Amino acid sequence: MMYDWLYNISGSEILAMFVVSLLPLFLFILPFALLAVLAERKVSAHMQDRLGPMRVGYHGILQTVADIIKLLQKEDLVATATDKTLFNFAPLLVFIGSYAVFAAIPFSGFFIGSKIDLGIIFIVGATGLVVAGILMAGWASNNKYSLLGAMRSAAQIISYEIPTLLIILTIIMLTGTLSLYDLSELQTAYFWNWLIFGGPAIGIQKILLIPFMMMGCLIIYTSTLAEVNRTPFDIPEAESELVSGYHTEYSGMKFAMFFLAEYANMFAVSAIVAIMFFGGYQSPFGYLGNTLNLPWLIPIEQFFWFTSKGLFFVFVQMWLRWTLPRFRVDQLMAFCWKYLIPISFVILLLVGLITLI
Amino acid sequence: MALKTEEMVLNMGPQHPSTHGVLRLELQLEGEIIIDVIPHIGYLHRCFEKHAEAMTYPQVIPYTDRMDYLASMYNEFGYALAMERLMKIEVPERVEYIRVIMGELQRIASHLVALGTYGADIGAFTPFLFCFRDRERILHLFEITCGARLLYNYIWIGGVSHDLHSDFIRLTREFIKDFRPNLKELNDLLSFNRIFIERTANVGVLPLETAINYGVTGPNLRASGMKWDLRKDDPYSVYHKFDYEIPVGSGEKGKTGDCWDRYFIRVREMEESLKIIEQAIDQIPEGDVTSAIPKRIKPPEGQIYTRVENPRGELGYFIISDGSLNPARVKVRAPSFVTMQVFPELCKGFMVADVVAILGSIDIVLGEIDR
Repeated sequence: MMYDWLYNISGSEILAMFVVSLLPLFLFILPFALLAVLAERKVSAHMQDRLGPMRVGYHGILQTVADIIKLLQKEDLVATATDKTLFNFAPLLVFIGSYAVFAAIPFSGFFIGSKIDLGIIFIVGATGLVVAGILMAGWASNNKYSLLGAMRSAAQIISYEIPTLLIILTIIMLTGTLSLYDLSELQTAYFWNWLIFGGPAIGIQKILLIPFMMMGCLIIYTSTLAEVNRTPFDIPEAESELVSGYHTEYSGMKFAMFFLAEYANMFAVSAIVAIMFFGGYQSPFGYLGNTLNLPWLIPIEQFFWFTSKGLFFVFVQMWLRWTLPRFRVDQLMAFCWKYLIPISFVILLLVGLITLI
Repeated sequence: MALKTEEMVLNMGPQHPSTHGVLRLELQLEGEIIIDVIPHIGYLHRCFEKHAEAMTYPQVIPYTDRMDYLASMYNEFGYALAMERLMKIEVPERVEYIRVIMGELQRIASHLVALGTYGADIGAFTPFLFCFRDRERILHLFEITCGARLLYNYIWIGGVSHDLHSDFIRLTREFIKDFRPNLKELNDLLSFNRIFIERTANVGVLPLETAINYGVTGPNLRASGMKWDLRKDDPYSVYHKFDYEIPVGSGEKGKTGDCWDRYFIRVREMEESLKIIEQAIDQIPEGDVTSAIPKRIKPPEGQIYTRVENPRGELGYFIISDGSLNPARVKVRAPSFVTMQVFPELCKGFMVADVVAILGSIDIVLGEIDR
């Protein structure tokens, strides 16, 4: 893998670790966030008969860069009534939480930050940090709107982790692995080996699994939407009610940290859906590298497939955001506890039975 | 040991994205449940009524524009109508038709703002821009007619300031042709959206009796189930010549008089307004639009109360004349002001998110509340 390869050529363990851990940030998250913010504005604009940013660069492609520069120049405002330590620490925690997820995500068979065996559990755990950060931000701001937003957010994220975990458990049960790398390797070759189409097994079991897998995919996508606070579950930062929820009091780069974390999170959850149900970095129809006998091409192809799957789900998130209205906080909870959790339980049980066949 | 709990007081506004202007709401909360709402108004008070006393009669018209700034045409319409009745002026037929066309276009424009911002309040931002796209066409029609997009000073006592632009009829027809499919699109996108219905049906129910007791008028009253529209029930201008329906709320998705009813009544009213405009531009006679405007406006001593159905309800002007060039008193019965008083009743027991939904559904304009 990348770490071993770097270790071999450089001979320095620290350097290899440094590069591998920083690479996703500089190679991927930062450019992705820049691109995603622009994409969101462009997607929304074209859905709404507008043009969006057009002035900075060709069709506004440099708009986010300009925005970041603006945010960097801004005064770092901290209101007098805030709890300063927590207030300053919260954006970091949120950012760490969403960045840590990328360590375990396999961008390709070659490019994985850390090939840990407990990949899925690690991701779920790291996401938990975000809740703490959000709660911290809301409380430290000493603002009623922030507090309401933070409380809503904590309740929402914790509730929606349950259906997510139940579906993850189903997948673990079915495949017998917790490692995201193994999970991706399992769904190799062609797209009918993807878990949404019942996985690599053949025969009656595969056919029986398909409806449950599709439902599971829908559930996990819905609940991860709620976990990253996207419409229709964006009540923690419902702008028409709570101004901007937990980050109302933040400005400048601290606000940008929340923003960056949000977009990094969007990609992270899309990546999880892609890995669990859509084959991760596997190509849907074989590799050009194999046909042309160019082995070095395969990781690049895999990277391409992985990012396109992830970006597609990010696009769907944006699409939903600009189409749907927002739930109310009690309806949101009811939706999770009354529908998603029971259905995920049923899926878990039935898939368990099917695997016994 | 019982935990000590406290009610939280949350100040909403005057700088808040969804208080539709400069309204301040003092919310008493238990968790997120509303115990009480105290609206504080007056942040936009500009002494319209007192100011009018220092102006001559025609000079009052630009000030009426600034009351309900989303329905300026209709404010002028009401004022002009009151003055004409006081001075017993017969206005030419063409003027009446122009006023009706302008008034109904204004009603559509005003409802579009109401529905669009309502969608944005609920969290759907796209319908907002779709509505504003269509409103833009209406504003363009106003602009080619009188040069202004928001505050027109177009309807004068005894006439209108300019005749219709030569392109006006054609552009209006085009607008109607394009607007009907857009309305359907709005319905598909927002009105019948499952989440939207969840958010608005059975929320903020205004029972008919309460509505009547508080004096609520306009779409809000009709949504509660009463067929009361001054265009039919106290006809003025040439409204009796047209064929149109008065939509009434029926509790299609929840209880009668809930937020969804109040929302949807406006969608249906826009369709009816389109019908009126279509008929009016077919029938409009030729004539001079400024011939009946008096050279010197000096009404006889006396008083008059005239009411019109503006997009938000019954807009009444009570004018006292002492025979001089300035009015002795101009009192406005503002529909938003009356509707605002029923607002705390609607909110009790609902959640913070519902306050936004209810406030949007009664469609207030702060310029008119505060005057």
